[in-house]
Amino acid sequence: MKLTGAEIFVECLKREGVKTLFALPGGVVLKIFDILHQQKDIDVILTRHEQGAGHMAEGYAKATGKPGVALVTSGPGMSNIVTALVDASMDSVPLVCFSGQVSTSLIGNDAFQEADNMGLSRPCTKYNFLVKDVNDLAVTIKEAFYVATTGRPGPVLVDIPKDVSMNKTDFKYPGSVSIRGYNPTYDGNKWQIKQAAEAIAKARKPILYVGGGVVFSGASEELIELAEMMNIPVDMTLMALGAFPGEHPLSMGMMGMHGTYWANMAVHYSDLVIAVGARFDDRVTGKVSEFCPHAKVIHIDIDPTSIRKNVNVDIPIVGDCKRVLRELNQILRATVNGEQKELRKPWLDQIHEWQRAHPLTYEQDSNGPIKPQHVIKRLYELTKDRDPIVSTDVGQHQMWAAQYFKLTKPRRWLTSGGLGTMGFGFPAAMGAQAAFPGRLVLCVAGDGSVQMNTQELATAVVNKLPVKVVIINNRYHGMVRQWQDLFYEGRYASSYLDVVPDFVKLAEAYGAVGLRAAKVSEIDDVIQEALAVDRPVFVDVPVDQYENCYPMIPAGGCNHEMILADPPELKKKQVVGTPVVGEDKDTVLTA
Amino acid sequence: MAGARTPAISHTPFAIGSPLIFMEHIISVLVENKFGVLSRVAGLFSGRGFNIESLSVAPSLDPSMSMMTIVTRGDDRIIEQIVKQLNKLIDVIKVVDLNENEFVERETALIKVHTKPEDRAEALRIADIFRANVVDSTPTTYTIEVAGDTKKMEAIINLLQPLGIKELVRTGRVAIAREPIRPATAQPKRIAKE
Repeated sequence: MKLTGAEIFVECLKREGVKTLFALPGGVVLKIFDILHQQKDIDVILTRHEQGAGHMAEGYAKATGKPGVALVTSGPGMSNIVTALVDASMDSVPLVCFSGQVSTSLIGNDAFQEADNMGLSRPCTKYNFLVKDVNDLAVTIKEAFYVATTGRPGPVLVDIPKDVSMNKTDFKYPGSVSIRGYNPTYDGNKWQIKQAAEAIAKARKPILYVGGGVVFSGASEELIELAEMMNIPVDMTLMALGAFPGEHPLSMGMMGMHGTYWANMAVHYSDLVIAVGARFDDRVTGKVSEFCPHAKVIHIDIDPTSIRKNVNVDIPIVGDCKRVLRELNQILRATVNGEQKELRKPWLDQIHEWQRAHPLTYEQDSNGPIKPQHVIKRLYELTKDRDPIVSTDVGQHQMWAAQYFKLTKPRRWLTSGGLGTMGFGFPAAMGAQAAFPGRLVLCVAGDGSVQMNTQELATAVVNKLPVKVVIINNRYHGMVRQWQDLFYEGRYASSYLDVVPDFVKLAEAYGAVGLRAAKVSEIDDVIQEALAVDRPVFVDVPVDQYENCYPMIPAGGCNHEMILADPPELKKKQVVGTPVVGEDKDTVLTA
Repeated sequence: MAGARTPAISHTPFAIGSPLIFMEHIISVLVENKFGVLSRVAGLFSGRGFNIESLSVAPSLDPSMSMMTIVTRGDDRIIEQIVKQLNKLIDVIKVVDLNENEFVERETALIKVHTKPEDRAEALRIADIFRANVVDSTPTTYTIEVAGDTKKMEAIINLLQPLGIKELVRTGRVAIAREPIRPATAQPKRIAKE
């Protein structure tokens, strides 16, 4: 029997095990939506903006490890989802995005709602396809899922012209596909692994520097075994949080620009850096020429281009983190003795000393303004027993969440790392909630970030996605304001938001729940109240507007030269330079 | 112990007007012969600030694949990144940095010389010296076809210039290794022992 392209599309998705599709219709994809409407296996979540669909698919993928799938229309539908594709590309998120396209006969004619989808997506996808013939549709979809989920994961776009979705052909779904130019390396070079094992056994001051690759390859167990067996402290990048248990004595927490003091000191003074599934991003290395100046570097990564891209590597190993670590552990297990633990005691003592010297701190006056760190810390403490999935937006609140949420397992942390996309958090949380209806999904957002995708409140309400969004509301683009404090003499150019909506009323307007904690004493109760509701909740928490996020390594600074608190001259400036515009509106919002 | 770490790519501004002190490399890239592949390769270079000096593409022996010859410049680490990034492209089947072994290179040019009657003999003499062929002639022009390496191209162009070159087209270089070779691998080379 012959099927139309649209029927083939739906059939292929079913065969790939797709349960949820984040989508927004338009003229050229109506045939596909019509078929989707007549089946029950795939749940179609209609979003209110294509960017929301993209981030939801990302949240879904990050939380489950399975590919997130989105469907958008041609032209503006496609261009709206580009941000999510770039984001997924930077953070190696497996995404399969389908875009509609004008009929093949019209392509290139500047037709209505036509865009060069291939051209738009080429630099921000792992691969992209234009299906010109319905006979190629099934195999192309198979290839798209294959490319997105293997090797270093990433987003893939499939562009489907209108006539391709209407034309009919015999449906055959290939069992497997292979692409001759695409053969990811999974097993590390044995000789190199042996070299790495020798270096690890010898090192007196080793540090594991782990990135998102550990999460993607599911290598947490192997990582814990390595760290415990050899007594090696673990620094995590923003992307890796949860890959190693946050409360483990060997966990150093997050490293990098806003990482902990001891995590950054440890990497700077180490004699062996074991980088696993990380890519030496500038937010982690600071000044590249001064990054871990005393250390030998082992780098394990599935993507050969990550190796020696930013820093020189002494022992490169191309391969899947899980497989390489497993093999490394095997060699080490055979040779390990009590000596290593003894050898590294002074090193761990030194790190604990750093930990005691400069812990993460803030001062919460019980009658004073709410400190943002306090809200996040309480949120963590009140929810940690429920093993929540936590998403964040981008900015100060993201860094505080990274510092104070000590996640115990991987795939609990959804954040936009590489691209730093404001507006990511809320839809990403919804994507995760769609995958795990019964789980607690939190979103720590900023007032600036959350406004970039508040329209998705409607999606959350309609699809019964009871995510709990806690808005750290300082009415600034806080991280921008912090940089202006530190590097632009307190001139707050376009960082003050002046008018911020009443988030309680906004939530209510969409049929969601709005709550507010205006005083320190209300925080716990309001969080508990939010957790008790089985509906989407916006919790507005107006916080100290001038709190800055520390430690901080200024861009291009060295990792051991952190700013640990507001410099004294800065405090003075705040008193003098505090903008008065809109100050009186505080009362309106917090009353 | 490794000592002070040097950044992998030391001088960042290598995009436009990249310093000519960088070594020239000729990279052979076997790609799928289908639409959009050239833009992926070109996009890789432009997106990462690498420079293409010349590029030529034509189908290979197997018509489902094309061979690209790319001439570029960079220090060792830039070239390493270029080779790795090319390998990462899904439509790229094989990458060979020809500079790792001995190779021969050739380029072809068509030169249209606008000649005054008294210079026509001289133009033919020059073509003869360079073993170039005259492939077309009009009462006022000769079109000369010449093949060779870059130096030969430059030499004949310099000699013909005073006679009046009206138009010049060059194919860009193609090159081939002298011995059968293995592709530049994704797995990094072995490290030197301490």
